[in-house]
Amino acid sequence: MSLVEDIQVETWRTRLGDFWREFAESKVALVALVVIVAIVFIAVFAPWISPQNPYDLARLDLFDSRLPPGTVGSGGYVHILGTDAAGRDLLSAIFYGLRISLLIGLMAGAFALVLGMSIGLVAAYKGGRVEAIIMRIVDLQLSMPAILLALVLTAMLGQGLWQLVTALVVAQYAYFARTIHGAASAERDKDYIEAAIATPLPAHIILLRHLLPNSLPPLIVVATVQVASAIALEATLSFLGLGLPLTEPSLGALIANGFQYLLSGRFWISVYPGVALVITIVSINLVGDQVRHVLNPRRGQ
Amino acid sequence: MSDAILSVEELQTHFFTRAGVLKAVDGVSFSVGKGRILGLVGESGSGKSVTGYSILRLVDAPGKIVGGRILLKGKDLAALDPEAMRRTRGAVVSMIFQDPMMTLNPVLKIGTQMVAAIKAHVKISTADARKQARDALALVGIPAPDERLDVYPHHLSGGMRQRVAIAIALLHKPAVIIADEPTTALDVSIQSQILAEVRRLADQTGTAFVWVTHDLSVVSSLADDIAVMYAGRIVESGETGAVLAHPKHPYTAGLMASVPSQAERGQKLVQIKGSTPSLAHLPEGCSFRPRCPRATDICKTMPALLPLGDTKVRCHHPIVEHAS
Amino acid sequence: MFGFFIQRIVQAAIVVVAMSILVFVGVYAIGNPIDVMIDPAATQEIRDNLIRQYGFDRPLYEQYFVFVGNVLQGDFGQSFIYRVPVLDLIFSRLPATFELALGAMLLASVVGIPLGIWAGYRPHAFSSKAIMTLSILGFSLPTFWVGLLLVMTFAVQLHWLPSGGRGPTSDLLGVPLSFLTPTGWSYLILPAFNLALFNMGLLIRLARAGTLEAMSSDYVRFARAQGLKESKVVGLHVLKNISIPIVTVFGLEFGSTLAFAVVTETIFNWPGVGKLIIDSIMVLDRPVMVAYLILVVLLFVIINLVVDLLYGVLDPRIRARRSA
Repeated sequence: MSLVEDIQVETWRTRLGDFWREFAESKVALVALVVIVAIVFIAVFAPWISPQNPYDLARLDLFDSRLPPGTVGSGGYVHILGTDAAGRDLLSAIFYGLRISLLIGLMAGAFALVLGMSIGLVAAYKGGRVEAIIMRIVDLQLSMPAILLALVLTAMLGQGLWQLVTALVVAQYAYFARTIHGAASAERDKDYIEAAIATPLPAHIILLRHLLPNSLPPLIVVATVQVASAIALEATLSFLGLGLPLTEPSLGALIANGFQYLLSGRFWISVYPGVALVITIVSINLVGDQVRHVLNPRRGQ
Repeated sequence: MSDAILSVEELQTHFFTRAGVLKAVDGVSFSVGKGRILGLVGESGSGKSVTGYSILRLVDAPGKIVGGRILLKGKDLAALDPEAMRRTRGAVVSMIFQDPMMTLNPVLKIGTQMVAAIKAHVKISTADARKQARDALALVGIPAPDERLDVYPHHLSGGMRQRVAIAIALLHKPAVIIADEPTTALDVSIQSQILAEVRRLADQTGTAFVWVTHDLSVVSSLADDIAVMYAGRIVESGETGAVLAHPKHPYTAGLMASVPSQAERGQKLVQIKGSTPSLAHLPEGCSFRPRCPRATDICKTMPALLPLGDTKVRCHHPIVEHAS
Repeated sequence: MFGFFIQRIVQAAIVVVAMSILVFVGVYAIGNPIDVMIDPAATQEIRDNLIRQYGFDRPLYEQYFVFVGNVLQGDFGQSFIYRVPVLDLIFSRLPATFELALGAMLLASVVGIPLGIWAGYRPHAFSSKAIMTLSILGFSLPTFWVGLLLVMTFAVQLHWLPSGGRGPTSDLLGVPLSFLTPTGWSYLILPAFNLALFNMGLLIRLARAGTLEAMSSDYVRFARAQGLKESKVVGLHVLKNISIPIVTVFGLEFGSTLAFAVVTETIFNWPGVGKLIIDSIMVLDRPVMVAYLILVVLLFVIINLVVDLLYGVLDPRIRARRSA
């Protein structure tokens, strides 16, 4: 038994090694990965590396509002990226905003993954009528734009972190369900699953030990893409005024706040948070793209 | 052969891959005369298909023709500019492929594809082109050709599709047709119908065929001449009867011994030991050496393709004892 | 084919009914519309009267059936805010949104499909890599952010184009449209481009993938072996093959484009349905929300139906499977 495990560990390790080597073939993806690590670092340590706590309204001074980048404010330090209308240091606001945007993106992605995975696996395992009905609903949802669902749901549920995450999960789980259902039902028809079903193993063991691992690669790709799109979706909703309350602005809310000043030439309030948002989303997508490329079974033919 | 329509001289087609240069075709020469059929025989990986594609200059990157001449009616195809080459393809030399399910575009009607092929070379109205297409279908023995023009490929059987492909290849009465295993994917009964049809067409139209195949039985019933390829080189060539009656290269002999035949029923089939070498790791000297029962030290040098009796063979130790 | 058609229509009807229930229940779960509609200082008696008048005191299922009964007579109720029939309100905004969405789809196709085909035809060229980067950007950049940059660059900095609004329109058959005059164009072009970006990225990818696949297919090889010009190979064989996924996307994405218009219309202050729905959500104008959502569902179902049927027209293989 331990020999078998050794061999399994060995193959996993070499597979991971192969994966990493092929992933690193793209310099662009490598850079994107480094950027993501840096962004996560910033998000996690925002309270320690920001010049100011942008949520502490008592510390904000209206005299500091809309200062252009590079100005020294009443705090006595340089506002590298300027300040917004409430007198927030934009750099700090962006650091904190990244924190919120990443948190929402990851939470929505994770919950949507679990929900979609369960639904897709159950559909693939049960088959028949259950599968037909579930997948019909999923397909219908997929044909609807996520933005519309999220819009309506946030309108119904009201503002707040959990409401927002719920709306994003409902808007996105279908992508995971469709992906894992496709992968799992392709696996299901293979002989080794039929062999496993023929044994008295309980259903959840077959699902977890056999169907899931083999459906994992496409799921990883979808997960990265969906985290990026959850972040974008959240920003869009916040921009439309349906996201988080303005006291704790995410990147989208910061951009929305600055929009009215854009027309009068105070570009930085909208543009810099937007740059942070775009760098985040593009980096995640680039990494996801390369992962897809490496995991593509048709590669190398 | 002095009246050769197509003669390939010292053709070299190499593939420039990350693993190194693969010499898929390395110094191949042969020629075909008017109305004759040459069987180009070899296992997969021997370079026979690449030779066929090279003649039409349809080798995909990273493959490239790096040497030799392809003389078609005296003109060297290897030296033509792309536009002149395009005008040659389909008009002077055409090609048919292995899998009739894939060679016709599934979303275009037969007539549309044939009209496009005709208009590629002549200025002609669509109505006239359709008439020509119709006649071409009739020529290859397709019943109700008018109706066939308006159907999609999936409405036809595999054999029918291959006949359509042959009809398309014949549209401009080319001097030579390269056929890349066109009957391999078909049922045996259909296969023999098509072979008979091809033989008739070669005799009737004077079109020469280069018939690329791994199947010796197809060649024996169809081809006038035969050239056996191994690892990018021709190892034996000559008139079909002469080669098959007395194979002189151990590889040819081995191939023949591994084919079941009526005459030798009850005899044991012999396999050639080992497997086709990878082009990336060819042995020094004769490529067949590691698998050859007759190999000696001299085989570490490359033998030349030399005349021996009424055929040519590339071997230091040709089989001559049965010759009497 | 006919049976398939009926089956699809029945499915679509079920979907519409189910979605209308969901939408109705969902939207009516939000807040208390009475608070939105009347002066907070109004007496309890006035409140009660209004509640009875609108039927809010009745059970939800009764409200739903009343609603469905009215809808079947073409009455989606009155907007709480504008005090006009909801359908009139939406229809008055619809031309602006349709014009914007159609303009965006056309722009995306005209730019995206040729770029994608080129990227698939020459996958290793520098230009192709640039095109693919562009498509990734089109995918990943949030629409509202690009819209912002467009306003900042072309309206605020360069003063080339107006920053928002629709400007003067001219009537065509009684429908107010922008694209008939140069001034109208100047208002339309930025939002249309903004809305087009995502689909442009999508179409580039689809066209590239389809072209790559077709270019390595046997039928393209065969077409080249017939001497077809490259323009014909791409224009006939490749284009016909990629047309299927592209029509699908064009159809399916038209709905998404209408939905995404919500964002673009907000940025560019474009007086369409998207702007209307955002405003309605902000003020909880329930009848407008319900009507909009049901119309969107209807639109999606119809689009899906049409695409399904079109699929059969474009791909003879699917047509065959369905009639079988």
